[in-house]
Parts: sequence; structure tokens; C-alpha cells
Amino acid sequence: MANTPLAAGPSGAKPKPFITPQRAVVYTVLIVCAIFFLFPLYIMVITSLKNIQEIQSGNIFIPTMHPTFDAWEKAWNSACTGLYCEGIKVGFWNSIKITVPSTIVSIIVASLTGYSMANWPFKFSEVFFTILLLSSFIPYVVMIYPLVIITRELGIYSTLPAVVLVHTIFGLPLLTLLFRNYFASLPQELFKAARVDGAGYWQIFFQVFAPMSVPIFTVAVILQVTGIWNDFLFGVIYAGPTNYPMTVQLNNIVNSAQGGKAYNVDMAATILTGLVPLAIYFFSGKYFVRGIAAGAVKG
Amino acid sequence: MNRPNPLFRNLNSKIASLPMMLIVLGVFVGGTVWTVLFSFTNIKILPIFTPKQWIDGFVGFANYKRLFNSDRWMSCPAITKIGQESWQFKCTGAMPNMITYAILAIIISISLGFLLAVMMDQKIRLEGMFRTIYLYPFALSFIVTGHVWAWIMSPEYGLQHAMRELGWTSFSFGWIADRQMVMYAIVIAGIWQGTGFVMALMLAGLRGIDEDIWKAARVDGIPAWRTYIQIVLPMMKPVMVTTFVLVASGAVRIYDLVVALTDGGPGISSDVPSRYIYQNFSANLGQSLSASTVMLVSMAIVLIPWMRMEFGKKSQA
Amino acid sequence: MHSVSVKNLTLKFGSAEVLKNLNLDVEEGEFIVLLGPSGCGKSTLLNCLAGLLELTEGQIHIKGKNVTWAEPSERGIGMVFQSYALYPQMTVRGNMSFGLKIAGLPKAEIAKRVDRASEILQIGPLLDRKPGALSGGQRQRVAIGRALVREVDVFLFDEPLSNLDAKLRSELRVELKRLHNRLKNTMIYVTHDQIEALTLADRIAIMRGGIIQQLDAPQTIYNRPANLFVAGFIGSPAMNFIKGETVDGGKRFKFGDVSLDLAGYEGGAILDRPKAIIGLRPEHLSMVDEAIPGHTIPAVVEIDEPMGADSLVWLLAEGRQMSVRVPVEHRPAPGKQVHLKVDIAKASLFDETNELRI
Repeated sequence: MANTPLAAGPSGAKPKPFITPQRAVVYTVLIVCAIFFLFPLYIMVITSLKNIQEIQSGNIFIPTMHPTFDAWEKAWNSACTGLYCEGIKVGFWNSIKITVPSTIVSIIVASLTGYSMANWPFKFSEVFFTILLLSSFIPYVVMIYPLVIITRELGIYSTLPAVVLVHTIFGLPLLTLLFRNYFASLPQELFKAARVDGAGYWQIFFQVFAPMSVPIFTVAVILQVTGIWNDFLFGVIYAGPTNYPMTVQLNNIVNSAQGGKAYNVDMAATILTGLVPLAIYFFSGKYFVRGIAAGAVKG
Repeated sequence: MNRPNPLFRNLNSKIASLPMMLIVLGVFVGGTVWTVLFSFTNIKILPIFTPKQWIDGFVGFANYKRLFNSDRWMSCPAITKIGQESWQFKCTGAMPNMITYAILAIIISISLGFLLAVMMDQKIRLEGMFRTIYLYPFALSFIVTGHVWAWIMSPEYGLQHAMRELGWTSFSFGWIADRQMVMYAIVIAGIWQGTGFVMALMLAGLRGIDEDIWKAARVDGIPAWRTYIQIVLPMMKPVMVTTFVLVASGAVRIYDLVVALTDGGPGISSDVPSRYIYQNFSANLGQSLSASTVMLVSMAIVLIPWMRMEFGKKSQA
Repeated sequence: MHSVSVKNLTLKFGSAEVLKNLNLDVEEGEFIVLLGPSGCGKSTLLNCLAGLLELTEGQIHIKGKNVTWAEPSERGIGMVFQSYALYPQMTVRGNMSFGLKIAGLPKAEIAKRVDRASEILQIGPLLDRKPGALSGGQRQRVAIGRALVREVDVFLFDEPLSNLDAKLRSELRVELKRLHNRLKNTMIYVTHDQIEALTLADRIAIMRGGIIQQLDAPQTIYNRPANLFVAGFIGSPAMNFIKGETVDGGKRFKFGDVSLDLAGYEGGAILDRPKAIIGLRPEHLSMVDEAIPGHTIPAVVEIDEPMGADSLVWLLAEGRQMSVRVPVEHRPAPGKQVHLKVDIAKASLFDETNELRI
């Protein structure tokens, strides 16, 4: 199921040679829904291009006659996030600082764990793996406070390492499943052949399996980068105010009452926050779909 | 040569799995057990927790009693009898809000997602474009989704204002500021973000169904809609259950979306359990932990059908 | 000194015994085929020999050295797999030299060995290609090459020809035999294809339920199967079995109204057994028009299946279905009443109670 390509071709009834009433209904439903899904994006973009007078006097549907990137500039450089007015760029760089190491660390840990589970099982490894999978359903609130204690005892609470650790922990169940299923789907005889050739745990991983696993690593990177970038909760709890990621800064900008509500700046900041995952999504659509499907529909 | 010590068998594998084992034991199992245990204490924030502190702070079910007596968590004052048999329940608080959201999000996103998947499966043109459009909100943060919809639904400048300005003066859409309707506003944003994902899962499920089923149904002269409902839908049961579990477990956790869209308002009328718990961490830890435990139990209830299916599969194999 | 020696090997997966107290001695340079239906433990045994499975009890010696707990690469074996198991991202040369590089051999030595192996297998032109660009037959040659460069004494083959189409399979089969004649290595070969087993093996080990049922030269296995299972498993079309009894102090086999003279049977003391089975291969029966008392079974022709040179004729004899192989020009008309002449010297008798050959 994990690898069932969405592009495998429709299995539905064959199309009739010309537009029938049924097909008109199909397209109507699809287009109406498409409008519903696109509507907020449209509103976000046109609002961010308006000036504040246009917003207060105008209509949110109607695009501006005088588009300006002033709001974008302000959102990036000088919007206030409570105490400081340095714009969302601070959050952007914080998010980069959080996302890059968290993605790397979580993928290293999960790929090795998945590889161990699939190819080098040991006593109780199945038990650990089952608990790991079930853990992905435990509500975060249950483990938030214990993790506050753990990070505080480690002396990293309210720092970047804490938030990297937490992302690694909560990314582990899904990523391990992803990698375990992938490595288990590789031919077992390949693994045996490498062992007869004298390759050990690390050699098989790095020289035999890793070069064949570029797709699954791509899926994992997409999954982690979007997931970590979009996170709000762990950032606000573990990162500490100086390291707040972009989502937290966005929330602060929107909620900051300083100088009255600037909806155009809010929307510009919102677009900027959504830009990284949207770019990843548009450029890697196939892998994105495969990633979410692989994580969800297994077996 | 003797049998090697089993401890050193696959030693590298054990070393590489060590972080995972520590996380499973220390965080997932340990953290859960810790939260459940200390939900029975009146402990306040302290640097570390020891068995002695647990014994000293033990208060039995006091936190749970207080939790369910708290109006912020749940209160059902208006159970009224209307007519002969039917009752009207009117519950407010974080827990009923979450349940309302969960039920609506599950029903709407799964039915809309399935409908879209079936439509997408009709050999349509521009399938890739439609899929991209339906799925892109899923790539966004709940914080982004929340703020966009807050802006669209804002009574002052949003949809309501725009419609009135266009001449429909009686148009009213102020859910976000309406204590009775605010949860439905959150449902709209949640549906917008999550339906594409459900559609993608359902479409993968549909595409996974054997081509021959369609051929057989056509040879038997069964109309397409009937094939979908009577043959394909039952075959999609595993995908349906998985989707249900995913949507439901997401709904139980709902937090970011509420924070961005309403921040629990107006007043506390759109508060949800996660938000309630985080807000109580500093002031009222014991009660937060008991609320966390209630969430854990709710999640277990959601998971039971899925677990039964998974274990059922295993025993057959 | 045996090349490979397995002593009291037992393997358990949980409570299931997959291999049961198994013993096997393989001579230097011998070609041994492990043959049996799926699930009989033949591949499992091979994986144990390779060190890919840890056995529960017993010992494995290769070239006199106890390798029971040695790593696969330390056992002096090379292995060829059904799915070829080539590393897809490496070239043919890379595939063949991977193990040697890990073993830390000097570059010149690696190049020399790869060249020699590729010359033997005639895959020189393919050396810089990736496995994806090769046909199935070429891939399997490369896989054999990968085992060859290890310059080991024992080769293990795990159904190496099963993924190939019929024509290629017979070609490579001949090539494998040629390779064995040239290299004189010990080869242990797992297959479920009895033609491969009969054509390649010096000795065949027939396995079922984790036990070696019979270990013998192919002709012995074919002509004098040790038990009912081996008799039924080897031979296509299958041996005809007729239940009956031996009487007159073991001189006659009786079933229904038929009584066969057992004089000339090659085997042990027949004695009087109330439950016996006679096994007759279709090619050891012939059709005659006149009954010869004590040597023929009356039968009626049902259908025939011409197979080119031969025809397989299905008949009913005493209510039992039997098959006879006849030259295609001797095909009888359906419904014809005939007599089947039995060559008792080539028949097999089994005791039905313990299923062993008498």
C-alpha cells in the first residue's frame, strides 16, 4: 500500500466520448471544491498586497489596483512580535536553525533504527518497535511535562538542543516505521549476499542500502522539514524566547496590539511562514504524497 | 569455537538502536507512567520528582473530581427534556468542544474526502492540478491556517463585511465571534486543511483495488455508483479505519489551530483540552496531569477499533 | 576429510523444528543437490551452512574446520541466490570486487581475480555495466562470478535458475555442469526442480519436513527410492502406486483379481505383508494384447496425451487410474481393452505401514 502510486491510473469507469450529465456533475463538484480550497490563498495574497487604507475601506474579495510589497517588507523586517520589532525574519532564521539539525538528527536516528528493526533484529526489538508505534498515538500533552523535566535535568531546557531533541523524539515513530518498511521491502537476498561478501552492519547500511534508498530519504526529509517548520507547540515550550521559530513569531505578530491591527502585514507574515513548506510541496508533490501515504497507510 | 555470548549478537544493531530504546523507555513509557502516577498528587512545579514526593503528595482522585467539576473542562447544565423521548444536551467546556470538533471533522472530512477521491477517479482531465489544489493546505502550519481563516471570518473586515458591501445587507457570518457557533468556525478551517489528505489516502485506496473488480462489475451490468457503494466501499474498510484513526487522533490533539484562530475565545468558549492543560501547567500541575490522563484514555478509546483490526490480522497470519 | 560436514543440526523457529537432527557429509569436489517440496527445509539448511541463520543445536565443519559460529564471510563459501541479489548501484566489476575490497585485498589481486572469473563466465564485455542493464541470464552469470572471485572451496546455490525462463534455464544448467567439471569445487545446490537435480547432481538429498529422506546417486534415487515419499516425488509423470498384499511367502503381489509374480524383484526379503504397495513407473510398463498370467494387469484405455516423442496413456485397471508411457506411434484408441506388462526388476515394493521400501 505504501508504494501504491497515485499516478497508477484511474480505476473508475471508462470515460464516455463526450460530456455527459454525469461528467458535468463531476467537474462541477471538483471545481467548486477547488475554489473553496484556493479561496484562502487568494485572500492571503491580495490582502498582503494592499495598503491599510484599502483594507479598512475595501472588500476582501477585490484585488488591489495598486499592489505594493510594503506589507511584505514590514512583515519581514520590522513587524513587532511583542517586545521586539525586528520582523518575522528572526523567526525565519530560528526556524532554519531548528529545522536543519532536527531533520538531520531525526533521520539519522530513525534510519538506523528502522534498518536495525528490519535487518538485524535482536531480542525484544519487536517489543520496542511495537511500543514505539503505539507511542505515536499518545497525545503530546501526556509527555510534554516529563520532557520539560528531562530537558531541564540535562541542562538544555529553553535552548536549541532541547527543541532538536524533542523533534527527534516525536519524529521517531513515524520515520522508523517508514524506514523499517522500506528496508524490509528490499530483497532479503541482497542483504544475505552482502553478508557472504563480508560486509557488516555499517558497511551494508552505507555501501549497499543507502545508495538504493535515495527516494525514502527524500520522503523523510520532506516529511520532517515540513513537519518541523510547521510546529508551534514544541517551539513555544522548549526553544526559549530567543529561539522562537517562525510559527511562534507569526502568532506573536498577529496577536501583538502595538500600533493597531495591520491585516496586510499579518497576511504577509502568514504567507512568508507558509512559503517554505508550500515551496517544498509544489516542487516535490509526488514525494510529499508518497510520504504522507506511506506514513498513514501501511501494510 | 563456542556459541558466542548472545549479548554481543548483532551488537552494532543494539548500539544503533540505543537512542530509540532510551526514548521508548525514558520518554514514551516513562513519561506516560509518570504523568499518570503524578496525576494522583497535588504536586507543584519542582526540579525533580521522587517516590517520596509522590507518596507525600498523594491525593487519590481529588484532581479528577475537581477536573470534572470545573466548568472550563466540562459542564452540562442544560439537559432538558423536549417532547416524549428526546433529550437535549447542552454541554460546554474544553472537552465537549473537542468532541464536537472531532465528530464533525471526522464525518465531514471523510465523506468529502471520499467523494473527491471518487470524482478524481473518473479519468478526469487535470487530475494532477486538482490534487495539488486539494492537498496544498495540508502542507501548511495550523498557525498559518488559523490566521488566514481568522482574517476571512473576521466580522469587521472579512466575508460578512464584503458580502454586505456587495449589497447583501442581511448577510451574517460572525461565527468566530459567536459563543454558540465558534467551534463550527474551527471545523471549517480544520476541514480546509485536512480534507486533501483524506482524499489522497482514499484515492490511494481506490487505486489499490483490483482492476478486475471493475471489469466483473461491468460485465454484471452493475452501475458505477452502485459498485462504489456496495463493492468498493466495503473493500476500502482498512483505509477507512486508518483514516478514521488518523483524523480522530489529530482531532483529539487539536491545539495550534485553536490558538491561532480564536485563542479559545470569545471568552473561553472555544477552549480545547490541550490548551486547557498547557495553561494549567504552572498554576495547577496536578489537575493538568489528570486532564492529560483523561486525554490518554480518550485516545485509547479511539484506538481500540484499529488495534483490534491490527491484532486480528496478526492472529490470522 | 569431508569438504562439508553437518552434525546433528537442529534448527527451531520458536517451537517449530525446521531442521531435525540432520546429518550430512559432503565429499571434496562433490555436487550435492538438496531437493524437496517448498517448506522442506532445503533452503534453510543452505542458509545455515552459509552462516545466515543461527542454528539451535549441532555443528557445521567446512574443510575440517568448525565454522558453526563463524561469520558467513569467514567460512570459505561463495553463494548464488535465486534473485541474483546484485548490488544495483554498482557495476558488474563493482559487484564482483565488493567482497574482496572489504576483505582488504590489494587492487592488483582483485583485478586479476575479476578478470579470471569474467573470462570463465564470458562476461568480460559486461564489466562496466550496471545490473539493471543486463538480462536475467547475464545477471545470474555475474552472481556466479561474484562467488567465483572469492576463490573458495564450497559454492552454495539457492535455486539459482528458478527466475529464468525454460530455455535459458536449460542452457545455464549445462554451463553450471561444465563449470563444475572445470573447477572441481564442492557445490551444494538447492532446487525444487527434479530435472536440475537429476542432471547436475553427483548425489541428491531428498528432503521433507526438515529430514533428509534419502541421500544417493540420481539413478539410485530414481530406480530404488527408499520410501514412498521419494518414489512419489521423483519422476514425472509420477509413479503408479497400487495397494495390495504380498502372499505365498513373498512370492506374489495380489490386488483385486490380479496377482503378480515377484520373482526377480531387486530388494530385501519380501515376506507376507497384508498391507503393501507396488510402485511402477509409467516407462516401466508396456502394453500387450494378450494376458501373461503373473506378469500383466488388464486395463481399459481412457485418454492419451501425446508429448512429441512419447505419449502418456491413462488407463483404468481394477478401478484404479494408471499411466503408461508408450512411443507415440503405439497410441491405442480410447476404450480399447489392453494388458499392462510389468517389468518386476524395475518395480518398487513398499510396506504401507512404515512407507519404507522392501
